[in-house]
Amino acid sequence: MNLMTAPSRPTAATAASPPAAPPGPAQAGARSDRAVIRDSLGIGVAVGVSGVAFGVAGTAAHLTVWQTCALSLLVFTGASQFALVAALAAGAAPLAAVVGALFLGVRNSFYGLRLAERLALPGWLRPLAAQAVIDETTAVSLVQPDRRSARLGFAVTGISLYLIWNATTLAGALGANALGDPSRYGLDVAGPAVFLALLAPRLREGGAERATALIGAVLALAAVPLVPAGVPVLIALAAVPAVLLLGPRRRVAPSQQREEEEEDGR
Amino acid sequence: MNATWWAILGTAAGCYGLKLLGLSVPTGLLDRPAVRTFAALAPVALLAALTALQTFGQGAHGLTLDARAAGLAAAGVAIWRRAPFLLVVVLAVAVTALVRALA
Repeated sequence: MNLMTAPSRPTAATAASPPAAPPGPAQAGARSDRAVIRDSLGIGVAVGVSGVAFGVAGTAAHLTVWQTCALSLLVFTGASQFALVAALAAGAAPLAAVVGALFLGVRNSFYGLRLAERLALPGWLRPLAAQAVIDETTAVSLVQPDRRSARLGFAVTGISLYLIWNATTLAGALGANALGDPSRYGLDVAGPAVFLALLAPRLREGGAERATALIGAVLALAAVPLVPAGVPVLIALAAVPAVLLLGPRRRVAPSQQREEEEEDGR
Repeated sequence: MNATWWAILGTAAGCYGLKLLGLSVPTGLLDRPAVRTFAALAPVALLAALTALQTFGQGAHGLTLDARAAGLAAAGVAIWRRAPFLLVVVLAVAVTALVRALA
């Protein structure tokens, strides 16, 4: 979903839940299943309810309830879903809208690489597990100390998030539909507010991220009068090579390294 | 089947393919520094562009400054104060609606 970086969530969930039974001697060093399930459900519920914002955004973009729900059921990666409805609402050609959404989905490929090692899933299970390869399941799986906990965390986070995300998408779409004209209630700002919330943690990472964001936004706005709808978002991608070629290289490297260390250390 | 449905199915197929790709290919094939760096920064450029376009865009080719900018500013403050995700969205919506009602 990319709705947040997970590390702060398990803590909140843990604080709200009753303490788990202490691990027995046989489990020394491993986490108890209950602790893994509790943290995973905490994230599944906390992030899953954000589906209501997507349901509202879909309606504000003049998608039908069915179309909005189909996106949550089939696409199931929040940033791409929000990006697609935003582009369609702006009158983008379907192909341009799809390409923009797919660029936001590329990071899930990299999550898959890490998860393949960590989970070691049998081949027949991969096509099913693939749908759950998103920010939150990756974050939960990579912090587990062993394979058994990683698999359990992946499954519980993925299934709970999928169910709740889809249920709340439907609720949000029905609710916004019942209200009528979405812009009258300010619902048209739900999309940009979501994007800013998704962007914020990345802006805290470093100068390269902030420069990329600024250049990307300026390029996109400058392109609006000149090119067909949906294309300005893609033009913003030019910010990436611009920052990498013009900016000092070391500003990117430490932030990436930090990210890797965090992931490995969790 | 209209264009919207094709876009939905295309996004679904593409996003699923990207997820399955990562689980299925040998690590060395995708895990190169240049690819990693692009994959890390591309979402930043896209999200910033989407934020700006959806806040200031008007129709297919217009730009404007309206109540949405106030709503986004409220969202920015809420994010800065580390408000939970849904509260950020609710505040942005409420401020936008309020500014529209007053205007």
